[in-house]
Amino acid sequence: MTLGVITLGHYLSLGGILFALSVIGIFLNRRNLIVLLMAIELMLLAVNLNFIAFSHYLPLEADRMAGQVFVFFILTVAAAEAAIGLAILVVLFRNRASINVEELDELKG
Amino acid sequence: MNTITGLFYVFSTVLLFAAFRVITARSTVVAALFLVLSFFSASCIWMLLRAEFLAITLVLVYVGAVMVLFLFVVMMLDVNTDKFREGFWTHLPLAGLVGAVIALQMALVLMRGFQLEAPAATARDLEMGNTKLLGIELYTHYLYPLQLAAVLLLVAIIAAIALTLRARKDSRRMDPGQQVRAKKADRVRLVKMDPTIEAPSAPKQEGGTP
Repeated sequence: MTLGVITLGHYLSLGGILFALSVIGIFLNRRNLIVLLMAIELMLLAVNLNFIAFSHYLPLEADRMAGQVFVFFILTVAAAEAAIGLAILVVLFRNRASINVEELDELKG
Repeated sequence: MNTITGLFYVFSTVLLFAAFRVITARSTVVAALFLVLSFFSASCIWMLLRAEFLAITLVLVYVGAVMVLFLFVVMMLDVNTDKFREGFWTHLPLAGLVGAVIALQMALVLMRGFQLEAPAATARDLEMGNTKLLGIELYTHYLYPLQLAAVLLLVAIIAAIALTLRARKDSRRMDPGQQVRAKKADRVRLVKMDPTIEAPSAPKQEGGTP
């Protein structure tokens, strides 16, 4: 690996480090539900970065856009997930007056 | 070291720093703002990968809509963030170990195996541009998934509204189901009656008696 030219490995490593950072974030902030949702968004961003990097470095020209189409759909699903997750969060706060994960043990899981 | 290499290192440094601040910030508002910064630098990196349409979509959809939603919720909920910090330092060694192992393993595999150079842009790429190519691909091969995604967004809208909607007790609103079920017989009652004729009666003799 030389410093001069950016290869596919650079982008994939960046995605990997970003994913690892968000895993650490889930460990560290396991009480705060909002930061957990943010860490999940960061994970999705890392995955999307990998998809776009692969689609850019693919030698075959005919298949190159498939990765970007996949990212398009992941963005759609992530937006829906964020909207419903935040709605659930608001309802939860309205009913329990808390979003601390430690206090949400009604199911005795 | 050419321009793209320098820009890649600048953007990825900003991205990783912002992601680090997202997971370590004391205040949730600060975390949300750093998440905006990390999305923005990721969109710059996508521009380097010649995915202009998705980069702009990321800024519009995420920074413009999703993060504003996050900030709304964060500021609307009055949560005590100090209680969330309990156990932060006790979990740090284990979390750091797990994260470092994940990053190291991925880097070991990726740095050896994927030393591809980017293929040069073809004439078709330069002529049509990323947005047009993505649109052609989307509307020829992926039309049915696109419709499904649209339905999914509709479901998300309805679910989010239905979850957070609070019906007021004193509101005088119509029930559409009852309105539709109402028949003519519920509203109008026809009564069979005999016709009545006002026969002119004989005029009273007034003033005849002295």
